[in-house]
Amino acid sequence: MSYDTIIIGAGLSGLAAGIRLAHFEKRVCVLERHTTIGGLNSFYRLRKHNHDVGLHAVTNYAPPGTRTGPLSKLLRQLRLRWDDFDLVPQVESSVVFPDRTLRFTNDFEYLKQQVAEQFPQQADNFQKLLGHIDAHDELDLFQRETSAREVLNGCISDPLLIDMLLCPLMFYGSPTPHDMDFTQFVIMFKSIFYEGFGRPFHGVRQIMKQIVRKFKSLGGELKLRAGVREIVTDNGRAVGVILDDGQELSGKNIVSSAGSAETLQLCPGDVPDNKADYAPGEISFVETISVLDRHPSELPHHETIVFYNHADSFHYECPNEPVDLRSGIICSPNNFQYDEPLDDGRIRITALANPACWMDLPEEEYVAQKARCFDEIADSAVKVMPEFREFTVDTDVFTPRTIRKFTGHLNGCVYGAPHKLRDGCTHLENLYLCGTDQGFLGIVGSMLSGITIANRYLLK
Amino acid sequence: MNPDEIRLVILDILASIAPDEDLSNLDDDVAFREQMELDSMDFLDIVMELRKRYRVQIPEDEYIQLGTMSSTVEYLVPMLRDVQSLA
Repeated sequence: MSYDTIIIGAGLSGLAAGIRLAHFEKRVCVLERHTTIGGLNSFYRLRKHNHDVGLHAVTNYAPPGTRTGPLSKLLRQLRLRWDDFDLVPQVESSVVFPDRTLRFTNDFEYLKQQVAEQFPQQADNFQKLLGHIDAHDELDLFQRETSAREVLNGCISDPLLIDMLLCPLMFYGSPTPHDMDFTQFVIMFKSIFYEGFGRPFHGVRQIMKQIVRKFKSLGGELKLRAGVREIVTDNGRAVGVILDDGQELSGKNIVSSAGSAETLQLCPGDVPDNKADYAPGEISFVETISVLDRHPSELPHHETIVFYNHADSFHYECPNEPVDLRSGIICSPNNFQYDEPLDDGRIRITALANPACWMDLPEEEYVAQKARCFDEIADSAVKVMPEFREFTVDTDVFTPRTIRKFTGHLNGCVYGAPHKLRDGCTHLENLYLCGTDQGFLGIVGSMLSGITIANRYLLK
Repeated sequence: MNPDEIRLVILDILASIAPDEDLSNLDDDVAFREQMELDSMDFLDIVMELRKRYRVQIPEDEYIQLGTMSSTVEYLVPMLRDVQSLA
């Protein structure tokens, strides 16, 4: 079988690239090792409850009728209607540090007021930061990496405000500890603070189903349980792939959403000159999921997302212990402005994790550690929200090991490699990267990543 | 195709690119960019849709002709004169 383009991975970026290619009459096949689509943003059903993986909220929210910005761009490129994702805006979110809280909604003016109230000395400095953000072209694929902290330190003189601004942006997208690339910072800042959070009533299923339906309706081929074992090369070009079962497929071009280090591993014998750029990431998470017999609003807990930190300063890094209990994210999928309530109440709490503490544990210890961490994470979270455990009817936990199992990401890293290959080019001239390690972020960003690579290299 | 048919083709392409847009009040002499906030990715898509549907090649330095409905139709008339309408 021969294709114009073979795409590795049926996540949002790979399928979005596939839609563009199939729409413009390319023979395209998306290969997925797992039994279902989605990659880092998938979904599953467990004991009669539907769960989302990954998605807390869709960033880059834009209300219907919006003509500019990433969401509108994405919908046009994929020939979708706004209603196809049917995003419902958030209620309100917050960044909670000791003695200080910053609240934000999808109305950016509200955050500006919050900064002015909580950090009166910093209002002008915050404005200065916004100037830097607005002047930066984050979609330029050839931006040089610079330190976000350096830019922040140049504008804002209160380290607490710097940490409080970085906290949600790092939690939702930084592959690097302590600091992030300024371009990534701008992408995250705009997508979270300028544009905001939304969620489809049915969660990430809604989005995945629209995307896969579109892809198939255009004649795109999707093969599940079709992991790629090897990318076959010939004279510096990729010429095809070998699947786990030994089957060979040939393609004129290959796009991989597997991650940069993971993709390199598929190319036997190839060591690119810039091998250091392909180092895998180390930032991973544990998430606890609690199904409640009531809605979080009855606890009462009304916030959509709470980014909390108990320590004097914010430590975004791989912890020494299995999970970092100093900080975390509390997500309540119920707390969006739906017309009707969701079926059941949910509290999801996510905390930084050390992959090495999870990967090779014997099964029994692994299960015990999961249970222990569940309680410790909840103990940490209830310092900033009401106790909810007595109302729990079911729970689940995912760990770096779960992430590795279902996404193939080394270390179970969520935001991929520290160094992004933003132009999508690799050591092979017709092998391209899309998705996490290309560097666009979030649900909308991941799809724009696939679209960008398809447009730039495969549709000319 | 005559100019009216070409106009319908362009409307159809615009409707496929921006399905949420109400095109009934489109002003043929005002730039798409202004009326619909089309960006360069969208213009490239108009070009690609024309290529896909009618196999016409529009060189990059002539994209500027696609600014408004009027200029687009005028530009396409000679290219699509001998093409049968699909509508």
